[in-house]
Amino acid sequence: MPAPIRLRELIRTIRTARTQAEEREMIQKECAAIRSSFREEDNTYRCRNVAKLLYMHMLGYPAHFGQLECLKLIASQKFTDKRIGYLGAMLLLDERQDVHLLMTNCIKNDLNHSTQYVQGLALCTLGCMGSSEMCRDLAGEVEKLLKTSNSYLRKKAALCAVHVIRKVPELMEMFLPATKNLLSEKNHGVLHTSVVLLTEMCERSPDMLAHFRKLVPQLVRILKNLIMSGYSPEHDVSGISDPFLQVRILRLLRILGKGDDDSSEAMNDILAQVATNTETSKNVGNAILYETVLTIMDIKSESGLRVLAINILGRFLLNNDKNIRYVALTSLLKTVQTDHNAVQRHRSTIVDCLKDLDVSIKRRAMELSFALVNGNNIRGMMKELLYFLDSCDPEFKADCASGVFLAAEKYAPSKRWHIDTIMRVLTTAGSYVRDDSVPNLIQLITNSVEMHAYTVQRLYKALLDDISQQPLVQVASWCIGEYGDLLISGQCEEEEPIQVTEDEVLDVLEGLLVSNLSSPVTRGYSLTAIMKLSTRFSSVNRIKKVVSIYGSSIDVELQQRAVEYNALFKKYDHMRPALLERMPIMEKTASNGPTEIVQTNGEAEPSVVEPKHPPPVGQPASQGNDLLDLLGGNDVPVIPTTMPTKPASAGGELLDLLGDLSLGLSLMAFYLFDLFKTVNFLSIGIPPMTAYNKNGLKIDFTFERANPNPNVAVITIHASNSTEADMTDFVFQAAVPKTFQLQLLSPSSNVVPALNQGTVTQVIRVLNQQKQPLRMRIKLTYIHKGSAVQDLAEVNNFPSQSWQ
Amino acid sequence: MQFMLLFSRQGKLRLQKWYVPLSDKEKKKITRELVQTVLARKPKMCSFLEWRDLKIVYKRYASLYFCCAIEDQDNELITLEIIHRYVELLDKYFGSVCELDIIFNFEKAYFILDEFLLGGEAQETSKKNVLKAIEQADLLQEDTKVSFSPSFLMVWSRNAAEVRDSCGGSEQASWVKTAFLLLVSTERKFWITLNKDMLRKIKMQAPL
Repeated sequence: MPAPIRLRELIRTIRTARTQAEEREMIQKECAAIRSSFREEDNTYRCRNVAKLLYMHMLGYPAHFGQLECLKLIASQKFTDKRIGYLGAMLLLDERQDVHLLMTNCIKNDLNHSTQYVQGLALCTLGCMGSSEMCRDLAGEVEKLLKTSNSYLRKKAALCAVHVIRKVPELMEMFLPATKNLLSEKNHGVLHTSVVLLTEMCERSPDMLAHFRKLVPQLVRILKNLIMSGYSPEHDVSGISDPFLQVRILRLLRILGKGDDDSSEAMNDILAQVATNTETSKNVGNAILYETVLTIMDIKSESGLRVLAINILGRFLLNNDKNIRYVALTSLLKTVQTDHNAVQRHRSTIVDCLKDLDVSIKRRAMELSFALVNGNNIRGMMKELLYFLDSCDPEFKADCASGVFLAAEKYAPSKRWHIDTIMRVLTTAGSYVRDDSVPNLIQLITNSVEMHAYTVQRLYKALLDDISQQPLVQVASWCIGEYGDLLISGQCEEEEPIQVTEDEVLDVLEGLLVSNLSSPVTRGYSLTAIMKLSTRFSSVNRIKKVVSIYGSSIDVELQQRAVEYNALFKKYDHMRPALLERMPIMEKTASNGPTEIVQTNGEAEPSVVEPKHPPPVGQPASQGNDLLDLLGGNDVPVIPTTMPTKPASAGGELLDLLGDLSLGLSLMAFYLFDLFKTVNFLSIGIPPMTAYNKNGLKIDFTFERANPNPNVAVITIHASNSTEADMTDFVFQAAVPKTFQLQLLSPSSNVVPALNQGTVTQVIRVLNQQKQPLRMRIKLTYIHKGSAVQDLAEVNNFPSQSWQ
Repeated sequence: MQFMLLFSRQGKLRLQKWYVPLSDKEKKKITRELVQTVLARKPKMCSFLEWRDLKIVYKRYASLYFCCAIEDQDNELITLEIIHRYVELLDKYFGSVCELDIIFNFEKAYFILDEFLLGGEAQETSKKNVLKAIEQADLLQEDTKVSFSPSFLMVWSRNAAEVRDSCGGSEQASWVKTAFLLLVSTERKFWITLNKDMLRKIKMQAPL
């Protein structure tokens, strides 16, 4: 059989292939030749064949049939064979194959070989890909070689030991004695690898760390020699002596000095020296400075040193080399929490980095900028950040927008500024704004009472320009729904009020409903906004028409809303004003971020929020949640639920029904739910009852089971007046025994019209966890025919179904 | 360091050194993705990028990209120096190294790398020592007699001292020795000037 072709020949041939197919063909042919050669157990050319196989493997072709051949090469006596064999083992074998264990014996023998280069090969292979089993078997040999005086082998053994420790941490103890005088070596190779070994041991074991702390003086001395010694051609890199060793020593010092005062103090001087003496014109010097800065920041260094470190980073920021700038920004980000003031000094440079061309640098600069925003620099910083938001890549916009909102929330100097900032973000990056910011913004706007007119005007104008950015459109429609009356009346003080008619506003909102650009959520918002305007505008008929059209919309969400609003128009017109009244201020719990909002009424929050403490008496706390999501989200009209008086329940307890998360429904939602269910109340099966009937005032109770919690009874009182005079200032109060909890929502009105022309309704919710028979004491006060009337009564005739 | 990859501007892999155990499939996937990511970078961008949970340090030398994946606590700037040191070693060994050298002598590129790094860490910080070790190991290789094709022989009449000087130092002494052996075997009475370029070609004709 002719000699197999040479490696270079093969490489040359394969490279002449013009297509992938041609290359594949050549490879297959050669593989076949190699395979048959392997079968023949040809010792002379095995090396050459495996080498060719390795080349083909690098091109991406399978080479597993060469694995055993590698083992045979390793076992051979020829150095060339061993060299290629070990290389093949490192490339083709890994610990997943069982075959690799067969290597163990060969490696063991080679570790004890007479030629150091063979020993070197074995150490290298073991140190690169040795499995845990192999490491366990051969750790002893490695340990022996760690103690040899041959520096060539010693340095390799040290790194091999590092690998062994990584694979089998329990063996770490074994290498401890050998580390005794590692640092007294003169050979830099051994020094470097020893420091790596010590670093590995200290990182893994606090005991080792404590044990090796005593080496700090020695390390300091070595480092000092490196800096102070003259030019050493062997280790010189651009005028710096062995930067690799310097960096490793600094890293070990960092680990040893962390949290330890004495060690930290011992290294203060050398760190200052390195920081000031290192040449910074080339990358090498900066690499050392970088490591020095990391060390200074991590150990217990004195403040002067820390300032020095931050200043170095500041200088890095001005460096032409973008790599250096990148590294500086990364480090500053790590230190901004602990050394905030020092980093602040470099704020303008950091902000300049926002304009850098490199994506990674821009991202870091953005994160750092947000970290540096505070009450003093908010205006300036926000200008820069908004400019950045305008011009940055889409991948940044969402994060930047969220960051801007957060920062604005924390440090806004004025409400007007805050709203302006939000408007700017919504108009420039509106489509990238996160979904959860819409409710946050709504809450913010609601709370800035004096800015309502200004806000709605600006939002309206923005809508006229552009209806494609959904978050903007959603917030705008919500605001128009709430404050449309302010818009029409032109009450804006902050800027020139615009002239808008009701029809124009309705045109815009209806436009949103039909536009293809609007998402279903947005449509929901605009429909509800139109509905709300029915109590604020006079063109009710137009609104009625719109609402009835959508009663047959294909979108189930819209359809449900439209049907419910229709019902409001038809049967519950008297409730409409109350339902669609202006939203009260929403409370916020103390929070880290803006996302935890406790709402005093049913404004929905996509995520369920648990109040951190029971809300103060007089302010029922409620949370948006499931039912509201069912109804489609954030803008179900709300009934104010502030208590008119001190609750009359026993013990003055105010029920925090919604503190009970299992209920998970807001009061308002309940009301609405109940509202639409009173249509069917008869079908529930609990008959209504008359609770009180005296002096022309009749109070009926109708019942509803709260859904989903059956322990809550929802009672609606209907007060009617059969006398000829109205009863004004009508207040209904109720008290229940201690085992119950009661909550009164606000009444529909406090005038009970004469001659049964209408009723005042009010909802009571009673939590009856112990399923006791329901009893109630009620107190009525009103003014009738000029005189104040007050009456107390007991209600005992509750039907049994209401509390069972 | 977790791994080092060398690849051309067209995305062809020239060297792969893995210091973490991964299956062949995973290695291929990582290589493919990383090569794509790095090649997509514009020339003005910085040499570092975050990829998965690793830091990638890369540098382009002529037509080759040298790409290292390091861990969070490793120093990016010194990794650039490590890459540079490796390139210097290759350059010294091959004499003005180019991509073709690494293609045709990939096994030597591995040997040099393995003499410089072990388990992902530098084992020798002196350039001279690394090169010396490689040279000695090369000498140990059996069948160091080389066979030339006639086209490689350049004939000048110069003397041996000049030969030695042009080789630039003792490291090439072994090759001078080899060349003389050749002279004897071919029974030709020619003096051969071994310039650096020649020596490179001679080395390429090693037993493989």
